[in-house]
This record gives sequence, structure tokens and C-alpha cells, in this order.
Amino acid sequence: MPLNSKLTFFIPEEGFSDGQQFISSGIKAGFPSPAADFEENKISLDVILVKNKETTFYAKASGNSMIGAGIDDGDILVIDRSLEPQNNKVAVCLIDGEFTVKRIKKNDDELYLIPENSLYKSIKIEEHNELIIWGIVTYVIKKME
Amino acid sequence: MYALVDCNNFYVSCERVFQPQYNGKPVVVLSNNDGCIISRSNEAKVLGIPMGAPEFKVRDVIKQHNIKVFSSNYALYGDLSQRVMKILENFSPNVEVYSIDEAFLNFDGMNVADFHLYGLEIQKKIIKWLSIPTGIGFAPTKALAKLANRIAKKFPERTNGVYVIDTDEKRIKALKWTKIEDVWGIGYQLTKKMHHKKILTAYDFTLAQNEAFIKKEMGVVGLRLRQELLGSSAISIEMPKTKKNIAITRSFEKDIISYSELKERVSTFASVCAEKLRRQNSCCYGVILFLKKDKFKANGERYNFYKMATLPFPSNTSFSICNLALKMLSELYKEGDSYKKAGVIVTEIIPSNQRQFHLFDDENPKFQKIMEVMDAQYAKYGERKIKFGNQDLQRTWKMKQYHLSKKYTTNIKEILEIKCH
Repeated sequence: MPLNSKLTFFIPEEGFSDGQQFISSGIKAGFPSPAADFEENKISLDVILVKNKETTFYAKASGNSMIGAGIDDGDILVIDRSLEPQNNKVAVCLIDGEFTVKRIKKNDDELYLIPENSLYKSIKIEEHNELIIWGIVTYVIKKME
Repeated sequence: MYALVDCNNFYVSCERVFQPQYNGKPVVVLSNNDGCIISRSNEAKVLGIPMGAPEFKVRDVIKQHNIKVFSSNYALYGDLSQRVMKILENFSPNVEVYSIDEAFLNFDGMNVADFHLYGLEIQKKIIKWLSIPTGIGFAPTKALAKLANRIAKKFPERTNGVYVIDTDEKRIKALKWTKIEDVWGIGYQLTKKMHHKKILTAYDFTLAQNEAFIKKEMGVVGLRLRQELLGSSAISIEMPKTKKNIAITRSFEKDIISYSELKERVSTFASVCAEKLRRQNSCCYGVILFLKKDKFKANGERYNFYKMATLPFPSNTSFSICNLALKMLSELYKEGDSYKKAGVIVTEIIPSNQRQFHLFDDENPKFQKIMEVMDAQYAKYGERKIKFGNQDLQRTWKMKQYHLSKKYTTNIKEILEIKCH
């Protein structure tokens, strides 16, 4: 190192962790904020909406076959791929190589992909279909008009 | 016990995650600037597309067989790679990320009853959670784990993509099967020497009679490799270090004569270096600038030009690093000369939190704030929207990326669209 100082100063590393508060009262003259001792972490939507960072993906819905489930055109879906598929869950599915969002219905030996709009038909999964449950929709992010 | 987990045809697999219609179809990925083939699906390999082939040379084959071509999308590959590595940490606390698509795992002190089953479990999780196929090799050393991985990939039907070397019998069988040029760390030049000495397989390499030759040719590295292949560990898991040097260098599409164009390039390279420093929370003291002319037009004259300078204080702001780089450029540049390549390298890197303060000469504290704003904007838009005045004159430097897929995981405007019908 080009400087010949004998002392090395260590500055704490500044992290960018979600939702931390920086309290900057105290040094200046005047009264400190009475709330300063009660500061808590801020609410972070990242922490709430994303349980498994590595397996969470986002997708945009286009179309209205799932409006009954609260998924409108343009909504953002939060998808966790590590969750096991279960009856009645809304899932992103790959059927014969194409993405779709449907509710999974299983009765006895039959498996259905159910839309939530009476204008659309349910899909019964047959022997010749290739179905992959790609991930489970855990949240829907919607912009209010 | 070690494992080497390797993602199969990684870039192609990444593209298929969001475009599954290309599963089972021939797919290739091109290098930066759409230059060469750098990743091929198995189907494309069967059609005889060679690795590293320039795109124009295989254009006819691509057309004839309707092979899907992608430009490289490193935003996507980098993100998926990080996800793979993070998931691997569920299976071992000691994960060494070896490259974008490979990692070594160490299982010392862990109780794994059946490594083959454990490997299948790792493989299943990564395919189910990320749709990335992997091959896994287990062995008592890293060099042998590499071999085991190769065997797993070469014989997918027999191994299901997971192979364990856990007996001496299997180890010797694997060594005899592996050609010397396929051993970890044996390059083209060494292979020639080895062949000359009748060392044709990994097994020949381990024979006692060749030890002296290996020591002479490869030194301690070779002896360590030999020890690894014999089954006793000599290369341990390396934990990530911050980089010692960061270099951004590019060849130009056409030679550059104009000072202002060269200035633009150098300024851009310096800002990207600064950005990389900030990302790993470090600062640098030293900045190196180099310029290169066309060797074949130099007529025996000098064609490589270097200059190095030291900052008065360690920095990672684009201001300080750019200014120093541009100052050196003004000293190196000769009017009328044409340059083929330029680069900025930052060295003497230290962690940001070990910066020594200088009593009289410190950086303007506003610089750091401005950098934070710029980094935040970059993170938000996934593009460098805020730039210095001397950068990117008319956006003439855009990379050739005719087949680029979307940044599905890193830009909210480009996420997957799913039809609801």
C-alpha cells in the first residue's frame, strides 16, 4: 500500500439488508426524538411475499380465464417452485410444453386443470398429455385502478 | 468425500427454463457479439455443430435443421447460476463455486448413508425447482470427482447422471477409461508431452515410473494431481476471495483514430471497473490503462502501450477512476494513430471497510452518494440509464445481439408472460 500509516481504521460494513432503519438523531443540539428508542424494522414486502428466494419467480398474467381466483389481466404472479402441488392450489402448469395458470383439481384417479371463468373449459389430463406443475402461485400483485 | 455438480449445457438449459417449447429441440447459444457457438443442446451436438464454431461457418446447418439460436443472456445465466449454488448449500455447508455452472461440495464430517441416492436427490431438487439438469460425480478427491462427473455424463442411461467412485476397483477402472487430455489441468501442450512419454490415460499418469517425469514437467502441481488421482486429497475446497484485479478490455469492431471516441471507451471501461469494485465492497489504489494497435500494421514498431498510476486515496467511485484513466489516456494517445483494443485494469484492491483515511487529501464525499444513486438506478432498470457526459456518444457501441431472450428474472418489465385462456 502506498501510504505509510501505522494505523488501519476499520469502518463497519454497510449492508443493504431489507428494511433496516438508520437512526440519525443525537449528535446535533436540540431534543432527541422520543421515538428513537422505539424504532423497529420497516415492513418489507420482499420478506413477506418471498419465502424461498432461490425458487421464487415472477410472471405476468395475460387474459381473463382466472378472474374468479382474483387473477386479472396484467397482474403479477409470485410463483414458488419449491412447494409441492396440492389439490385446489392455483398453479403455473406446463401442459404439452405451453405455460398456463389453472386451479388443480384431483378427484380419485382424475386430474383436472380448472379455469375460474365460466367462459372457459376445464382441461382433463389424459394419458397422452404431458403435464408439469411448474410452480405454485403464492401471491398476486395487483395495481388498483 | 467430494462431489462435483455440473449443469448440463447450462446456457441452453437456462433458455429452456422460460421457453420450454425448445425442450427436445436443437438449440445453440452464441458468445458476446453473436460470434461463436458456446453452448449446445444434445440435439445440436448430434447434428454435428462443433463447440466454439464461428456462427457464420455453421449458418447453413442451422438453417437446414431449423436450430434455435440465442444470443448470450448473461443476466439470466448469472441469476440462475446463483440460484443453483444457493440450493446446493442445502446439501453441504462447504460449497465451492468453481465456475458459472460447476461447484464442488465437500462432505467431511457429514453422515451420508448412500451417496448415489444423495446425488439423485440433489439432481431431482434442481430439476424440479429450477428446470436445470445436472450431472454429479462423487469421489474421495476433487480430481477424481471431476472424472466421476465425466463418467456420469457419458453414460446417462447406466448412471442416471450420478456416479460414485468409492472403491479402489472403481477408481482404477475410471482412471483407465479416462484419456490423459481429459484429466483436470492437462492442456494441449502437456498432452503432447505426455503422449510422447506413452502416458495415454489417467492411469498411466499415476504409475510410479512416471513420477519423476511429472515432477520435472509440472512441478508440485503435477505431483498433487497425481496424489489426487491416487485417492488422497491434496486440493481442498477454496472459499471465495475478493478479486485481486478487475479488468475490462475490449477489441474494437473497427480501429479507432479519434481521441473523443477513445475517451468514450476508456471512460466506459473505467466506470464498469468502479461498478464491479462497489459490488464486491472494495476500493482500489492502482489503475492501469492499456492501448493496443494492430500488430500486423505496426511494421515491427511498438504496438502495446501501458501506463499505471496510483490514486491518492483508495476509491471505488467512477469519478476518481475515470479521471485517472483519462489522464493516462491523454498521455499515451498519439494523434493520428489508430488503436485496435483498449482496457482498464484496477489493482491493489482492499475491502472498503479497511480504507485508511488521509488527513488532507480525501475524496469528495459527494461522489460516494452519487454512486449510490447510480447503482440504485441500475438495479431498478437493469440498464445503465445515468452515465457520464463523456460516455456513449450516440450509442454506437451496442453489442450485436440479434437473438437475445428476455431478462426473465432480473427485470420486472421482462418477466415471463403467461396466457390465461
